[in-house]
Amino acid sequence: MLFVDKHRPKTLDSLTYHHELSSRLKSLANGDFPHLLVYGPSGAGKKTRIIATLKELYGNGVEKIKIDSRVFTTTSNRKLEFNIVTSIYHLEITPSDVGNYDRVVIQDLLKEVAQTQQVDLSAKQRFKVVVINEADHLTRDAQAALRRTMEKYSPNLRLILLANSTANIIAPIRSRTLLVRVAAPSVDEIVEVLKGVGRLERLEVREGLCRRIATESGRNLRRALLMFEAVYAQNEKVKDDTPLPPPDWEALISQIADEIMAEHTPQRILQVRAKLYDLLTHCIPPTVILKTLTFKLIPKIDDALKADVIRWSAFYEHRLHLGNKPIFHLEAFVAKFLRLLESYLMDVDYDF
Amino acid sequence: MASNFFDLKKRKEAAAASSSSKQKAAPAADRPVPWVEKYRPKTLSDVTAQDHTISVLRRTLQSSNLPHMLFYGPPGTGKTSTILALAKELYGPELVKTRVLELNASDERGISIVREKVKNFAKIAISTASASSASKYPCPPYKIIILDEADSMTQDAQSALRRTMETYSKITRFCLICNYVTRIIDPLASRCSKFRFKPLDEGNARVRLSSIAQSEGVRCQDGVVDMLIKVSDGDLRKAITFLQSAARLHGAVKAKDIGGDDDDMEVDGGSGGEKGGGGEVTVRSIEEIAGVIPDKTIDSLMESMQPRPHGQAVYTPVAKVVQDIVADGWSAAQVLLQLYNRLVFSDMLTGNQKNEIVGIFSEMDKRLVDGADEHLVTLDMSLRVAAVFGHDGS
Repeated sequence: MLFVDKHRPKTLDSLTYHHELSSRLKSLANGDFPHLLVYGPSGAGKKTRIIATLKELYGNGVEKIKIDSRVFTTTSNRKLEFNIVTSIYHLEITPSDVGNYDRVVIQDLLKEVAQTQQVDLSAKQRFKVVVINEADHLTRDAQAALRRTMEKYSPNLRLILLANSTANIIAPIRSRTLLVRVAAPSVDEIVEVLKGVGRLERLEVREGLCRRIATESGRNLRRALLMFEAVYAQNEKVKDDTPLPPPDWEALISQIADEIMAEHTPQRILQVRAKLYDLLTHCIPPTVILKTLTFKLIPKIDDALKADVIRWSAFYEHRLHLGNKPIFHLEAFVAKFLRLLESYLMDVDYDF
Repeated sequence: MASNFFDLKKRKEAAAASSSSKQKAAPAADRPVPWVEKYRPKTLSDVTAQDHTISVLRRTLQSSNLPHMLFYGPPGTGKTSTILALAKELYGPELVKTRVLELNASDERGISIVREKVKNFAKIAISTASASSASKYPCPPYKIIILDEADSMTQDAQSALRRTMETYSKITRFCLICNYVTRIIDPLASRCSKFRFKPLDEGNARVRLSSIAQSEGVRCQDGVVDMLIKVSDGDLRKAITFLQSAARLHGAVKAKDIGGDDDDMEVDGGSGGEKGGGGEVTVRSIEEIAGVIPDKTIDSLMESMQPRPHGQAVYTPVAKVVQDIVADGWSAAQVLLQLYNRLVFSDMLTGNQKNEIVGIFSEMDKRLVDGADEHLVTLDMSLRVAAVFGHDGS
């Protein structure tokens, strides 16, 4: 089992940071529980907090989960297969799995849950909880369908929506839910967690190493724990300056960045294209590629250029969302970058 | 025997009494009503701050003749409440069920529904008023169809309504409610008399919010009501929802059984400090619920964007602040909004600079709506605004 799963806190009391938030969730769970919209960057502990809250609501029963596979039929008679994680008290769905048909799933599934009452009389709560992952990827239609369900069936059903940002959640949903922001842990908090895990695993804990991992992880606790485990798995003996192995895709992107910096020619673009394709075929999201590449390039260039590079990076990232062939936009960014750099070095202002 | 008999009767009575009281108590305890619904105005005079509209409606109420109506205005200004209150005053609680049809956006409202449901309801003859309600309420001889959120109806559905409105105008009045009057097709708009609902002014909103807070026994810090008004932009519903969420979070609602002698307790509570469960609602918690970023964070962003001496690039400080903002989970749209409010009213910038900045904001807003990455967008926006700070806009 990975450290991330093995040492995941199970109860609200054992969470190590955001104590104020934990106590709020606790008081909500013991009183009148509203619909929740939990948002924050990835690796901040949204899911962990929700599972702990569920445990607070229902007791140990929520930990016995099974995976159900259900088939839904769309209006155009297409069959959709959909996986649901359930316990007797709650169920957890990721509607964005089925893309544009998420509305069908939301309507059918939620109505079905909402119309059946809690059978178990010894249950602590009369309602069931539905956890919706990646709520910010729901289509507008699906969100509009939620709106009605949330009000109509509120005695039997509570929703917990998980999202990375509230930007794509429509206003009516936002005004019906209690917004809970989970900020990413600070570097110090991550260091504490790493040290705690290290002690539990009887590893030799190095303060300096923990701190480096924490900084490197970009305040993402999950990533920090994975890196922590990787370092210990790869090295017999860790020191404060043991190198941290980056994930393969990140290594490849740094390689791309180096290549771009080394030579500014059209041939180089061709070489880079092969690598970009490689990344895309390994299912690395294009946004992640573009972002990582940008932040790898930034330290290598002169301060005066940075603002421009960010500007074009943001521009092509936007294009990525509008268009549907990522490679074009990634390559366009590379070409743009080479051009910017070249004209800066030659001190000529080309017309853009 | 006799005593037994009486006993039985008594027992029955007791049982009946207890069950009825339980029935009454149970739903109230089990299903807490959102305060928005609980404090919806019951009569026309309860409606806050729409004096002009209310006085016109009141006059039509006296003459018992109602035109077709079109209510428009921003959300949370009392459009739906007004028409519901009006309907209640016209018909009384009994007749409302048979005389009023309310459809809103969550109901299916395609062209077929307009053709069938609306038309059928418009067609049916008016139910006769019972003597009791007729004596108490005006009960004018027409029905009311309320089409809430009418701007989300399709063009086709709207045009299907045109003739229906006229044909049955003797026995049916329509009330359309919408946010954007421009989305209502002209033929419909010209058939209605229009009422504009303006955003609530501060005074009225304050009175309303404090009265709700008082009757729910929510203990607030000074300035909470002001903050509610500020973050809700004249949308009373939003303000009330925020207030309820905050009260729930802090457990700031006093125990219910204090009941009658509430006022005395209030005085005691003020001096005694910690009384009843839970703390009080703070200004910060309202901000947190509304997702408002603390001024300090925006200050530090502004600070980092100021031009550096000796032509140093602003990239490093800006990137650091932006990374923290993103890691703290603040939504980029909110950063955009608050920064915008700061900059547009700032005296430090020239008109030209503001021009450029507003241009940047509009582009960034579009990108966010398209689902672009928040980190990059925020960073790009900050850097470009910083660049505008750098040159004088001449």
